Amino acid sequence: MSAPAPAPLLEVRGLKKHFPIRRGVFSRVSGYVRAVDGVDLTLHPGETLGLVGESGSGKTTTGRCILRLLEPTSGSVLFDGVDLLSLSGAQMRRMRRQIQVIFQDPYSSLNPRMRVGTIVGEPLAIHRIAKGSEREHRVADLLVKVGLDPIVMRRYPHEFSGGQRQRIGIARALALKPKLIICDEPVSALDVSVQAQVVNLLMDLQEEFALTYLFIAHDLSVIEHISDRVAVMYLGKIVEVAEAERLYRDPQHPYTRALLSAVPVPDPEAVSNRIALKGDLPSPANPPSGCAFHPRCPVAVEVCPRLEPRLLDSGGGHLASCHLVHPEAVPPM
Amino acid sequence: MAPEPVLLKVEDLRVDFAMPEGMAHAVNGVSFAMHERETLGLVGESGCGKSVTSLAILRLIQPPGRIVSGKVLYRGRDLLPLRDAEIRKVRGKEIALIFQEPVAALNPVFTVGFQIAEAIRVHHKVSKKEALAEAVRLLKLVQIPDAERRVGEYPHQMSGGMCQRVMIAMALSCKPSLIMADEPTTALDVTIQAEILDLLKRLKQEFRLSLLLISHNLGVIAGSADRVAVMYAGRIVEEAGVKELFAAPKHPYTIGLLRSVPRLGEKDRSGRRRLYAIPGTVPDPRSTERACPFAPRCPDVMPVCRQEDPQLLPLEGGRKVACFLHHPARTGPQAATS
Repeated sequence: MSAPAPAPLLEVRGLKKHFPIRRGVFSRVSGYVRAVDGVDLTLHPGETLGLVGESGSGKTTTGRCILRLLEPTSGSVLFDGVDLLSLSGAQMRRMRRQIQVIFQDPYSSLNPRMRVGTIVGEPLAIHRIAKGSEREHRVADLLVKVGLDPIVMRRYPHEFSGGQRQRIGIARALALKPKLIICDEPVSALDVSVQAQVVNLLMDLQEEFALTYLFIAHDLSVIEHISDRVAVMYLGKIVEVAEAERLYRDPQHPYTRALLSAVPVPDPEAVSNRIALKGDLPSPANPPSGCAFHPRCPVAVEVCPRLEPRLLDSGGGHLASCHLVHPEAVPPM
Repeated sequence: MAPEPVLLKVEDLRVDFAMPEGMAHAVNGVSFAMHERETLGLVGESGCGKSVTSLAILRLIQPPGRIVSGKVLYRGRDLLPLRDAEIRKVRGKEIALIFQEPVAALNPVFTVGFQIAEAIRVHHKVSKKEALAEAVRLLKLVQIPDAERRVGEYPHQMSGGMCQRVMIAMALSCKPSLIMADEPTTALDVTIQAEILDLLKRLKQEFRLSLLLISHNLGVIAGSADRVAVMYAGRIVEEAGVKELFAAPKHPYTIGLLRSVPRLGEKDRSGRRRLYAIPGTVPDPRSTERACPFAPRCPDVMPVCRQEDPQLLPLEGGRKVACFLHHPARTGPQAATS
């Protein structure tokens, strides 16, 4: 599953999204929130890339920029060789047949006034793929695929539990047979026992339809479970990328280490080796100089506030942006 | 180690919510005891009644909810029949509450110092100035840096983690014996969550508090609780010491819950493994059926489970479980055959 394929399906290069901060009567721009500040990502066909980070790290904004639900400030997003950022609105809408999204909150992402059949069939209607009884057949098939009885087509979202609603959202995302699905915290609103059902469903569907997932989440255990590779975000930047198993066994960036050490383990006998971080997440409107993590880093050295580290390979596709991991990249004083 | 005296004893607590579609039995006969200086973890999934239980203990249930029956004995005195003026003396001063959403629980138009001082002045006759000085002391206690300055800040100027520290300071302000923390870290990031849990543990030691820690996160419970009560569909299905519960869960629901949690570092090199998932969904809270509420999802279900409601009964080692696998039914039509 994790063998790198020759041509990537998605290639994100230097992606930036800066939100202007407006002040005063004339809404003068007084600064920018650097929500996403130079992100590079590569997704190979059939793989799941986990994108993990704490709130405010820019992971959701990254997902939305790839879909152009938000217009990126700069960078490029190559999907199957086509730069999505150069497409017109109409071209982009056509492209969205191949890139779908599953949202976090199954309560707000389904229109409460629509019947389930209409919700799941809407992509087919918008893209004029099927109508009438054919559409109905396709919707019924999709509902079966996600483990729902086709009879639910006549019902409304409020009649369903969170897990069932998320299944409806997944059926809608599958309707157009996309290649890539951006899953934005798809299980974080669900209870553990239901979360497991949805994670399993996503893995089964991936196998059946050869799907590629960008799986955005803050839960490190879920990310580990579902991902082939994992990218860790901090303050708008990727700080580490590696194969899932390797990242969790041998994290290199001090932030990844601290993050992993803070996850509460469901074992009362476990010894806590928690690495404490100083202070709170800095504001992305005014990120620290050099390495953005240096004010909180337990092992920061003299060079860290001066020079921004680059995301460099330590071998085998394990990338980390830290001067301590890559001292060879620090120019001599 | 001799057990500490009982601080809080809840007996057969029942809370109903009158819904347009019928009566929802949110808490359906909950009984448990908490000892002094103990942390009891109350774990369960959304809708199982864990928050409602904590609110009912302080009689904070609002219509359409109603406490139907039961006893809440705090230091031997039943809180449920108390007059309003008397229960107000218990709230905050004896039993304090910490909520899940610290930013929403604080009033946005007052400074945090004012809000803490207000809590102090409800129960103690002190001047505003004295109360504010006490607020600064409390903020230092919960490790808010630069407390003298931050006491004058508004909630929106603080991060979620800082707001939760303010909530904890407020809970401590009247020196309660019991703090009920309802998902105190659910809205926070993992690094902040770990800090808040450490803080709660330290303060609990320092002030010899009891803590009712309500959480859906088994990791949080494992790291902080002494004893655990597992709730499902408005009742407690299992209760045990934290080590015993995690090492050898007895109730099929607890077993399923523990198995369905993805654990860090468990991914084997060969790739993926399906997660264990409990099939089905939680039962309708309006159900009045006399049956084990977990029966429709239980892998070990027996005929008796669909006909009788198992009681929470003691097992060896001071633990309890509500399951016919461990306590064969003594009465009823199935008793002779199963």
